[in-house]
Amino acid sequence: MSRGFGWPELQFVLHGLLWTLGLSAVALTAGGVGGMIIALARVSRLRVLRIVAGGYIGLFQGTPVLMQLFLAFFGLAVLTGVQMDAWPAVTLAFTLYAGAFLGEIWRGAIQAVPPEQWEAARALGLRRPATLLRVVLPQAVRLAIPPTVGFLVQLIKSTAVASIIGFVEVTRAGQLMVNVTFRPMLVYPLVALLYFAVCWPVSLLAGRLERRLDARGSGSPRR
Amino acid sequence: MGYVFQFGVVWEHLPELLAGALLTLRLSVGAFVLGLLLAVLLTYARGYGSRAVRGPVVAYIEFMRNTPLLVQLFVLYFSLPAIGVRLGANQAALLGLALNFAAYGAEILRGGMQAVPVGQIEAANALGLRRWRVFRHVVLMPALRVAYPALASQFVLMMLGSSVVSAISATDLTAVTNTLQSTTFRGFEFYFVATGIYLAMALAARAGLDVAYRWLFPPLLRLRSA
Repeated sequence: MSRGFGWPELQFVLHGLLWTLGLSAVALTAGGVGGMIIALARVSRLRVLRIVAGGYIGLFQGTPVLMQLFLAFFGLAVLTGVQMDAWPAVTLAFTLYAGAFLGEIWRGAIQAVPPEQWEAARALGLRRPATLLRVVLPQAVRLAIPPTVGFLVQLIKSTAVASIIGFVEVTRAGQLMVNVTFRPMLVYPLVALLYFAVCWPVSLLAGRLERRLDARGSGSPRR
Repeated sequence: MGYVFQFGVVWEHLPELLAGALLTLRLSVGAFVLGLLLAVLLTYARGYGSRAVRGPVVAYIEFMRNTPLLVQLFVLYFSLPAIGVRLGANQAALLGLALNFAAYGAEILRGGMQAVPVGQIEAANALGLRRWRVFRHVVLMPALRVAYPALASQFVLMMLGSSVVSAISATDLTAVTNTLQSTTFRGFEFYFVATGIYLAMALAARAGLDVAYRWLFPPLLRLRSA
């Protein structure tokens, strides 16, 4: 009744890895859009926007991602009246989660651009949107890239909790294969290795980008 | 939408939720203490060990930081019994959290140690202090002061991340919530309140750790006011 761990089983796990990567990519993209809005709201001149965005970040950084996932899952069920697939809930939850973290990272990057840059642009007669778009953001992007790449590792790892509500990414795929092969000593370390194979290069890249930025100075013109 | 929210049932089960929250807190604090001790050892081994020691230490730190806690817990709880190591769910949760925290702690401490001036270490060596004592008094303590804010943040992250121990049937706040929602069918309400408890714990921990910082590491130089 129990079967061995062969090529079909490995294929199933690798297929799960694709879903892990897909979910991470969707969350990074959609969360990136949300994060941009959050970051701009955080540096807005409107107090209300700053407070709302700050509250959003605090809420998502101050609660477990697993709880956010459960709330998305049960919240969507409440809204639509039917129990849905895991996919809409996990994409929603991880998009909101990524949006909060990216928003905070990018706020930091925008505020790290020296205030003189704002003043100089203003003195040249640029309006605020133009200042932001043409002067501040191009400089902030350079500062933002290393921590954003670093966050990607955190995001990929955190998608493992999607397995808990039954979304078949690589962790859940591994679990299912353990259930049919009874080889936990083989499968779970393999799953861990797969995560490591994906995350470690990204971590190394983040570290390298950070050191390069350090070597060049803060990225802003020195006086 | 025909759903009517009912929070009454949640309040009836509040004692159970709080018992779960207490275990979450105990696991987090236990893992912090164990993990920090291990982090100090790892940091020492990385800084003073031979090549043969440093390699595995760095590999351990990198591996733990680049794999999900959930999978690490699965290995501890589901894989190890296959080679005869059986841990209870709560034990495996504590061990997993501690091993995970140790890797992050070691990385944070390394950053803190880089802030210790080399001249200070040379001075201690010149005074004839033993290597471990130099490490402890001259390197570690100042490094801890520098690393404290990052360690505190990491503690809060771990406490929130610990909600995944419910997946190996440890009876923390998340697991209690899972059980209650499956018997009452009030999923949204229970998760909503449990999330609120996590948020309160995170805010309280952050505030408490800030107070502890001022108590543990008073300002080095006190300017005497006339």
